[in-house]
Amino acid sequence: MKKLMMSAAVLAVALGMSAASASAQEKLKACWLYVGAIGDFGWTYQHNQGRLAVEKELGDKVQTVFVENVPEADSERAIERLARDGCAIIFTTSFGFMEPTLKVAKKFPDVKFEHATGFKTAPNVTTYNAKFHEGRYVIGQIAAKMSKSGVAGYIVSVPIPEVVAGINAFMLGAQSVNPDFKVKIVWINSWYDPGKEADAAKVLFSQGADIMVQHTDSTAPLQVAEEQGKHGFGQASDMIKFAPKAQYTAIVDNWAPYYVRRVKDVLDGTWKSQSSWDGMAEGTVHMSPLTNLPDDVVKMATETEDAIKSGKLHPFTGPITKQDGSTIGEAGKPLGDGDILGMNWFVKGVDDKLPQ
Amino acid sequence: MPLVLEKRAERSTRMALLSPVIAIALTLITGAVLFAIRGIDPLHGLYVYFVEPLTLMWSVEQLIVKATPLVLIGVGLAVCYTANVWNIGAEGQFTMGAIFGGMIPVLFPAWQSPLTLITMLLFGIAGGMGWAAIPAWLKTRFNANEILTSLMLVYVAQLLLDWLVRGPWRDPQGFNFPKTITFDGWQLLPMLSGSIHLGALFALVAALILAFVMARMLKGFEIRVSGNAPRAGRFAGFSRPRTIMFCFLLSGGLAGLAGITEVASVVAQLQPQISPGYGFTAIIVAFLGRLNPIGAIFAGLMLALSYLGGEAAQVSLGLSDRIAKVFQGILLFYILACDTLILYRFRWLKTQVSATVQPAE
Repeated sequence: MKKLMMSAAVLAVALGMSAASASAQEKLKACWLYVGAIGDFGWTYQHNQGRLAVEKELGDKVQTVFVENVPEADSERAIERLARDGCAIIFTTSFGFMEPTLKVAKKFPDVKFEHATGFKTAPNVTTYNAKFHEGRYVIGQIAAKMSKSGVAGYIVSVPIPEVVAGINAFMLGAQSVNPDFKVKIVWINSWYDPGKEADAAKVLFSQGADIMVQHTDSTAPLQVAEEQGKHGFGQASDMIKFAPKAQYTAIVDNWAPYYVRRVKDVLDGTWKSQSSWDGMAEGTVHMSPLTNLPDDVVKMATETEDAIKSGKLHPFTGPITKQDGSTIGEAGKPLGDGDILGMNWFVKGVDDKLPQ
Repeated sequence: MPLVLEKRAERSTRMALLSPVIAIALTLITGAVLFAIRGIDPLHGLYVYFVEPLTLMWSVEQLIVKATPLVLIGVGLAVCYTANVWNIGAEGQFTMGAIFGGMIPVLFPAWQSPLTLITMLLFGIAGGMGWAAIPAWLKTRFNANEILTSLMLVYVAQLLLDWLVRGPWRDPQGFNFPKTITFDGWQLLPMLSGSIHLGALFALVAALILAFVMARMLKGFEIRVSGNAPRAGRFAGFSRPRTIMFCFLLSGGLAGLAGITEVASVVAQLQPQISPGYGFTAIIVAFLGRLNPIGAIFAGLMLALSYLGGEAAQVSLGLSDRIAKVFQGILLFYILACDTLILYRFRWLKTQVSATVQPAE
């Protein structure tokens, strides 16, 4: 059947019937591998939005393909299938795809691979990530301003550096407003589990938290906040539709500019292996519209966002006091990228222990 | 006029063998209808789903890799179910096999010799057997329902694995990610050809041995009698508790072996997720294979194909990933329906007497 269609297309080209079908044959194939469903309205949803942006901007030259809900244990075969199917560039969008991506990349040196949130590169494997902690600093400030009880609930998945840095940035932001601000943390050991996330939110609210922060991908915690007349922040995508009264703002991952740029690089033949770590300055991380907030808080949050964007403010500016009382960083200078990417300690004021 | 299921007087052996074929055919027809509803040429859809994966050497290899754990677990379950022993917890025994076998490279990362691999495999089998022994013991000692106990132990095993890879067994260089170190050298199974590893041979040998045992040896007869006519079995001196324990240890050991072969090949490390539900899919394998070990080989390949086809359908046809689950579900539904209709037939009850309605046994 495939052959038949191919020969039909070849025939069409030979007869010069349609120029469009000729270019259809030469389209570059850009492919995405997702760990979740494109309808999660969080992490995978935003990556898929990035893919759609590529289709919109480069649609005449690029054809996109995606595979969703790929279990880590199955990912090597799924990646290899994409490589064999003629994908020129493959984005693997979960940390767990790191080793499989590298393995397949070795077999297909001419295919470009891009692995999100990992730390291992190769001549044809790039890593890319975003400085989500910049957004967390902003919501920390908002939480400290808005909370009446002075306690936020924080739902987290896995104690990887990105998540730890997020908690720390949130606390540093909050402490810049209210030095005594407290946070209660619940680890649910999953990135997407609406049931567990909702349960955690209910527990945290009943323990006195009045603002919900999440580093998990479902809309459930915000929906609980909405039901209980409490507030919270969206994760990865603007979740305002699910919590019109509860959401203050959301930290939005905007992968579209990066994806468009990288696919263009492949088209132009200028693609190079690199490690990319963009943040608010590049537009990869931004805050969704500030809602349900008084004017002075909106002003403060906007100013902080602008300061981070322009580089005037860095969430991790030394000296920072760790949980054990020791300090890190030189006065007035931001921590190095390595310190943040490998962060394995809490700042003072976080009442939780990292599993060691 | 109520509709009742009535037991047929005669059981047709020919239909019993044809039942999976009919079920597969009905699945294909339903699939074609589904494709048509989604606006996809049904023939092209079925081609992409069920034929294309068989046309490339690479995907045939992947098919065998995928079928390996399904067959290993499925043959054990086939024996179990023949004896009327309901081990539903193969997924947990698979996980315990992976944990016990994976313990060796995690705790002794520097130990590299052929003996490493052999120890891993033996530990894996022991882990699966040990885990399966619990519901078996509960059944024989307290008459606890083994369907419930074995199923619940799945979650215990998964949580244990989860805790281990997040805590004590975490890779110290792994930035707190819930993964152990990656296995290497003699901590991995040797390759047979391409991406097919030694586990495929284990599956084949296990199926052949069990087929021989079931067809030709006293143990096989004992298992069948114990399943079909427990009372007759007791008169013949066959011990029901021993049969239960034997079946659980056998299927648990094989599931454990499947677990360690999977982490010592495809996954190459321990992580929270090591199986897309092989232990549960293997239940379909056992039934589709007519509870016959040789049949389980073909059934395992068929279900592996449904996984690969599901991926192909996503990539080439843009269908949702749920399509593979839908096909597996439809297939199981038709098998059970066909089997039911071989043993029973529908009859309209004309009178109003409903006391004679027999529940399906």
